[in-house]
This record gives sequence, C-alpha cells and structure tokens, in this order.
Amino acid sequence: MEMIESIKPLLAVLISVVVVVPLIIISRRPNTREAWTFVAAVGKFILVASMLPVILDGSEITCTVASVLPGLDIAFRVDAFGMLFALVSSSLWIVTSVYSIGYMRGLDEHSQARYFSFFALSLSATIGVAFSANLLTLYLFYEMLSFATYPLVTHHQDIEARRSGRKYLLYIVGSSIALVLPAMIITWQLTGTLTFSPAGILGGQASPAVVTMLLFFFLYGFAKAGLMPFHSWLPAAMVAPTPVSALLHAVAVVKVGVFCILRVLTGVFGIKLLADLNLGTVVAVLASITIITSSLIAMSQDGLKRRLAFSTISQLSYIILGAAILSPKSMTGGMVHIAMHAFGKITLFFCAGAIFVATGKKYISEMAGIGKQMPITMTAFFIGALSVIGLPPCGGIISKWNIAVGTLETHQAGFLVVLLVSSILNAAYFLPIVYKAFFCGPEETLFPDKIKEAPLWCVVPLVVTAVLSILMFIFPQPFLTLAKLSVGTLFINP
Amino acid sequence: MTQHLPAIIIVVPLLSALLVAVFGWIKKTICFVIALPAMGIVFLSSIVLFYKVITENQPIIYFLGGWSPPVGIAYNIDHLSSLVLVLISGVTLAHLIATRQTVIEEFTNKVSAFYTLYILFVTGLMGIVATGDAFNLYVLLEIASITGYAMIGMNSGRAYLACFNYIIIGTIGACLYLLGVGYIYLVTGSLNMLDIASILPGLVDSKVVPAAFIICMVGLMVKMGLFPLHGWLPNAYTYAPSSVSTLMAPLTTKVMIYVMVRVALYVFTPVLSFSVIKPGNGFTWIAVAAIIMGSLMALSQQNIKKMLSYIVIAEVGYMVGGLWLGNRMGITGAILHIVNDAVMTLCIFLAVVSFSSYKKRDKLSDFQGAFKEMPVTAAVFCVAAISIIGVPPTCGFFSKWYLISGGLAAGHYAFVAALLFSSLINMVLFFRIIEIAYFEPFSDHHGKKHHVKIAEASPGLLIPLIIVACMLIILGLYTDELVTHVISHAIPAEIV
Repeated sequence: MEMIESIKPLLAVLISVVVVVPLIIISRRPNTREAWTFVAAVGKFILVASMLPVILDGSEITCTVASVLPGLDIAFRVDAFGMLFALVSSSLWIVTSVYSIGYMRGLDEHSQARYFSFFALSLSATIGVAFSANLLTLYLFYEMLSFATYPLVTHHQDIEARRSGRKYLLYIVGSSIALVLPAMIITWQLTGTLTFSPAGILGGQASPAVVTMLLFFFLYGFAKAGLMPFHSWLPAAMVAPTPVSALLHAVAVVKVGVFCILRVLTGVFGIKLLADLNLGTVVAVLASITIITSSLIAMSQDGLKRRLAFSTISQLSYIILGAAILSPKSMTGGMVHIAMHAFGKITLFFCAGAIFVATGKKYISEMAGIGKQMPITMTAFFIGALSVIGLPPCGGIISKWNIAVGTLETHQAGFLVVLLVSSILNAAYFLPIVYKAFFCGPEETLFPDKIKEAPLWCVVPLVVTAVLSILMFIFPQPFLTLAKLSVGTLFINP
Repeated sequence: MTQHLPAIIIVVPLLSALLVAVFGWIKKTICFVIALPAMGIVFLSSIVLFYKVITENQPIIYFLGGWSPPVGIAYNIDHLSSLVLVLISGVTLAHLIATRQTVIEEFTNKVSAFYTLYILFVTGLMGIVATGDAFNLYVLLEIASITGYAMIGMNSGRAYLACFNYIIIGTIGACLYLLGVGYIYLVTGSLNMLDIASILPGLVDSKVVPAAFIICMVGLMVKMGLFPLHGWLPNAYTYAPSSVSTLMAPLTTKVMIYVMVRVALYVFTPVLSFSVIKPGNGFTWIAVAAIIMGSLMALSQQNIKKMLSYIVIAEVGYMVGGLWLGNRMGITGAILHIVNDAVMTLCIFLAVVSFSSYKKRDKLSDFQGAFKEMPVTAAVFCVAAISIIGVPPTCGFFSKWYLISGGLAAGHYAFVAALLFSSLINMVLFFRIIEIAYFEPFSDHHGKKHHVKIAEASPGLLIPLIIVACMLIILGLYTDELVTHVISHAIPAEIV
C-alpha cells in the first residue's frame, strides 16, 4: 500500500475554522455570512473529494502536524473508512447550509453569527475525527466536537435548552473524560503506541480481563454513539434548531461516536483479538438490546423529532452490530450504513423542520392530513422513512442486506431475527405518520386542502436528499467501494 | 558578564525595588517605568540561563561574592531551577504589564509601596528557586512571605483577617522548615544542598534524618496549602487586592512545590525519599484527599475567586501526588504541571480581573451578560477553563496525561480516579459560569432587542491576556520538547 504525504487532510479540517469563522464574525450582513458558510461547505467538500481518487487507488494520505508527547503525534491519515465518513458529512453540510438559511430566516432566529460559526467549527472537528491517524488525535477532535456543539444545542437559551445542554455535556464529555481518557492511557502504557493499525495494537499485549475492561470503557466512553444506557442525551438534544438535529444529531455527532467505536474495534483491538476472546458477540448483544429497546420507545413518542431521535439511536447500533458480527460482509454493511442512514435520516429531519417552519407543529398527533398541505415534504418523508426501514428502492436496503448476509455467513442467525424485528418496528413507527398524512377522511384532517409548503430554501434540500436516498440504491458505488476497500485491509490476515 | 547572570536575576530586582521606593515618593507613574525594564532584564537573563543549561547540559554553580561553600552561599542553576526561573519571570512580566491599570485603581496613594513589595516578592521567589543553600532558601522564603502578607493586607475589610491568618499559619510553616534544616545541619554540619546530598545517604540509620525530613515536608505543605493545611489560602486569595491574588495564585504554591521537589530529589536524594523513609504512599493519599476535597469545596462556592482558590488547592494535590508516586512518569507530570498550572492559573485569574474592568464581578451571578460585553475575554476564559478541565491540545491535558500514567504505573488507582473526578468537577464548575455568562439574562426566542454594547478591557490588559492564552496551547503542543530536553534531565537518573 502506498503512503502519500500531503497537507490536504489538514486543510480539509482547518478550512472551516481558520478561514471562515473570522469571516462570519466580521460579516455584518446575513447575506455575506451565509455566503461564507456556503463557500466553506463547498470548499471542504472539494478538498475531501479531491483525495477520493487516491484513496480509491488503494493508497493512503498521511500528514503529521506536531509531536506532542514522546512517540505520540497529532497526525492525520486518510484511509477508505475515514474517507467514506468525511465524504458523507462534508457533502451533507452543503445541503444543510442551504437548509439552515431557509430555516433560520423562516423563523427569524437570533444569534445567527454564533450559530453559523459553531456549525463550521463542528464540521472541522468531524472531519478531524474522520482523518485521525491515532487515538490521541481522535480524542482531541472528539472533545472539540463536544464543546463546539454545546452552543448549538442550547441555542434557544431558555430553561429547557440549558437543561438539555447540561445533560448533553455531562453525558458526552463526562463519559469521555471518565472512560475514554483512562482507557487511552492504559492502552498507551500497554502497547507504547496509539496509532491505528489494521491488525489492531492490543493483540498479545494484555490479559483478556484487561482487554474486556478496555472494550467496555471505549464502548460506553464514546457516548456519542448512543449505546444504551448512555443514550438519553440525544432525545434531550432535540431542543436544538432542526438543522442542528439534522446534520449533527443524525449525521456528524452521532456518527462520530459510531465511527470512533468502529475505529477502536478494528484499529486498536483488531478483528482477531475480538474473535479470539468472543468479544464481538458481547458487543453485538449490547447493540441488539439497544436496537430493539429504542425502537420500542420510539413507537410511544409523540414529538416527531423525539421519535426520530430514538430511531437514530437504534440505527446507530445497527452500525455497531454490523462491525461486531466480525464478518467481512456485515462489516461492509455497517460502514455503508453510516452513509445510507445519514441520507435517509437527514431527509426525515429536514421534513420535520419544514413542517415546523410552515405550520409550527411539532407533534405527530397534530399532523393528520398534513400531506394535503405539504405534499412534497411528506413524499420526501415517505422516501426517507423507506430508506431507514430498509425497503427498496432506497439505499437503506443495501446496508441492511449486507449485515443480514454477514449474520448468516457466520451462523449467528439470532442477530438476523433482531434485524427483522427491528425493521418491522421501524415500519410500525414511521408508516402510520405517512398514512395519516395522506389518507385521512375529511372529518379527521387538521389542515385545509390548499398547498402551502415551507420556503424554497427548506424544500429544495429535502428533495435533494430524498432523491439522493433513491440514487444510492441504484448507484451505491462510491460508498460501497470505499467500505469494501477498508474491510479488505482489515480481514487480510485473520 | 554572562557568568554573573545567576546574581543578576536577584540583584537587579533587589536594587530596582530600592529605586522604586525612593523615586515612587516623587512621582507615582515612575514606579512602573522602573519595574518594567527590571523585570524585562530578569526575564531575559533567565532565558539565557535556561538556554545555557540546556545546551551545555550541566548545571551552573555560582558562588555568591566568590565565597565557596561551606562558608559562602552557592547558587545552583540546573535544568529544574532554570525552567522554574523562566516560568516565574515570564509570569511576572506578563502580570506586571497586564495589571498596570488595575494597580493604579486599587492603590491610588500606595502605588510605590505596592511596587516595592511586588518586586521584593518576586526577588524572593527567584532566590528560592536559584539558591543551592538550604538556609538561604529559608531567608528568601521569608522575604517572599512577608512581602506577600503585606500585599494581601493592603486591601481593606476582610483582607486584614485573611492576612493575619496567613501570617500565623505561614510563619508556623516556615518555622517548621527551618527546624528541619536545623536537624539536617545537626547531623551533616552543612547547609549546602549538594553537600548535604552527598553526606545524607551515609546516615541511613540515623533517626534524626527521618525526623528532619518529615518536619521539613510538613512545613512546606503548610506553605503550599496542601489539604488539610490549606486554611489560610482561600481567604487570602479571595480578599487580597486583585492585582495581588493574580500574582500569588499562580506563583506561591507552585514555587513551594518546586521546593518540595528540590528537597525530596536533591537534598534527601531519591534513595532516602523513596526507598528509606518512604512517605510516598501516605503523601499520595493526602494528595487524593486534597484533590477531592478541593474540588468539592470549589463546587459549593458562589464567589468566583474563592472557587478558583479551591481549584488551586485541588491542583496542589495533583502535583504533590504526582511527585510522591515516586516514578518517572509521575514526577514528570508534577514538574510539567508546575509550569502548566502556573500559566493556567495566571490566565484564569487575569480573565476574571478583566471581566471586572467596568463592573465589579465577584459572585457567579454577576457574570450575566459578561460574554456579550467582553467577547475576547470570554474566549480567553474558555481556553483557560478547557485547559484546567484537561482537554487537548491545551497544556492542562498533557500534564494530566503524565500524572495519570504515573498513577497507573504505580498502581495507585485512587489517585487516577481522583484526577478524573476533579476533571469532571472542573467541567461542571466552568460550564456553570459559561452558562450564566453566555445565556443569561434571558431573552425571548427571537429577541434581537438585547443589543449589548461591547465594552472590552483596555488593550494593556487584553494583549498580555491573549498571549498567555496562546501560551496554554503552545505549551501543550511543545510538551514533547519540554519533557525530552528539560524535564527528563531534571529528574535524577536512578528514578525509573
């Protein structure tokens, strides 16, 4: 495998912070401010995408920034998995920037300079996590993301927002300091390195008891992944403006959590070690419990965003489950699910936000007949829901199919049952919303027949992501290829 | 000229203190004009000394007045002391520039008296670090302490009581140290540290040596405010004039920890400290108590300075614990934390002073709207807070990294747990303030009505503040260099 030294990963990380935040702060007019956000988003995407051909060739890009401890650097390494994640988040940031403009203006929100600045900072941290070459760099950007998203969660500044902000920090930063930090230092002491390696670094360096303890520290320490019982910050964080929930709490933040877990499972523990100690099964069981439980909780939620949040918690655990089954197929499925779920779920959140902007409604019980007033939005919602449930013609089926095949290949059919039950539950909590929106009698409907959609700035992005969700079913190549490439290096010598 | 640098760092401030006292009577503004170049010279000389020690990789030993020990006093500038000298003079220089305006406001008529004490205080601290003589250290300790008491007492109201408290407790601490030195003199017949260090290992069976050791250490613990001997500290720092507490909080406790490191490693030698007398386990447990109690008491404070004082007490626990783990990682962490904590504490205290530029802000609830009015100070405050919590890439993370590594290597899991606990409490403490300062007073959802005017502190305060905040990150990124080239040489080779 060829290693290419390049400063591009650093630029991709820094572009939104160093260039754009100052510009946003000094911009007095909203138009210029939004223009700069847009420039940052496009610039970031171009930088990330420009590295794609190299990665698809099977090479990796590295960049060492500073040596901070003896033998430990702040360094970037772009591999296929990191590329996959960076591609998803940076492309969706462009769409979200457009949507943010419509949403924030539609509601005449306050403190927009702060909002756009911290949004840019969050994306920097996300790309930083995706490109981290070692655990220390990963931790650095993980924490940066936690602090950068705090002002976004508490954006409304009222009592509820601040209470949620406290909960958010306590869960996310608290768990990372209390669990990940010591686990990282223990790993360093045991192995003398923190650089991710496809074969893992802990193999043969520690007793099974220590390995198991470290596994639990990492699993629950990265609380952004929302593994139960460390999940309740996510529904609380739904007080944030909808673009934040859409990009950060369906894509960037939560996926950073799963990404970290996957990175640690593969790069620190290594497939072989997990398989030898049967720890894969342990993780898979924990993930399965989360999948089923949160799907059940989602059914009882009336707040649309809260229902989406619980659905996200369960979908995140799909990704962990896919990795924990330890078969190449399901690992591929898990990685691709990062992309597939992102496009589907962001569509759903965009729809929830569009409904709020157009009608002010937040609760599902108030949405009977809304399809007559907002047909485009609700059609997009239907497509997003299909993708998350995992039905054709949407992208979600591809990842779930791969995970399912993996369970059969490794003779762990129990987890296949989990997948099927959960899909049924997903359908049970999404489809009634769509059904009620379109097919309810005139006596039930709460909305007039007149079509009144949200502003164009809101509608276009959600149509785009809905179309992308369908396209991903037909052309899953970039993500599927990247995932296969990454899995190929991991399973090379089992 | 350069061979006299060890004397210059003491003599120049000493003389300038005299000049300030004389010329200050004539014109108030001249005090700062004299103090600034004096501190500048001290800072530059320290850097040259630091550079020389690093490049030549051996200590500089300077005989004061040409008298050689055991009669005369020797100054011993090695890796450890040159590092702390740069730290003290750098912190002082930044502090001197930053508080120029505050000093004039706080001490209208007593500016010259204040600057005289201020410079003498710093002279004392520099001397404590530079000296290689155990008794001379006591003398300089008293200089630093007495000027410190006087500066605290220059505020009115509760400062008198706080100052009196500090005098009583501080004097007891210094006396204990002196008593310990007396015991050592009794058995070794020498006051020179290198001398003592060569004689003491031969006196392993003596019962006087452990007694001297314990008395010395308890004295130092009083002076550094290690829980439960911290009683003087919170009130002294809270009620002192803000231009005094901002200097004493970063420096006093850290210098005392330096002395503890010096005495443990270079007077009693690692053999006695870690193998024969072995107080390590007990001292680390005291440190654990200090960290936990300091954090908990900080949590219950409503006054910002008092809260920060209790954080200082917890941080003292970090360093003492790290030292007495007795392994290389832990001691590296302790020494690194001396540097990092001094800069962090300076940064956070100065930020609080800056917040109070126009409006007195003592209580946490006074911070409403502070971030809107002072965005730059707010940013600095957040950087300092993140460093104290211990998040990379700020320096606070890296010293914590070493301390935790040391704790794990020594198998002292309670110490590790206490460090993590304290990080979590710090997070709660600072985000409580950030929440008040950022999100209060309440506005309605879409209110653009609250157009607060930006009213930042003067550039004289703001620029040093920004530099100090940048230092927090620079120190963090250069941890590798600092550890490999300086701190690893400052720890005796026999410690693994």
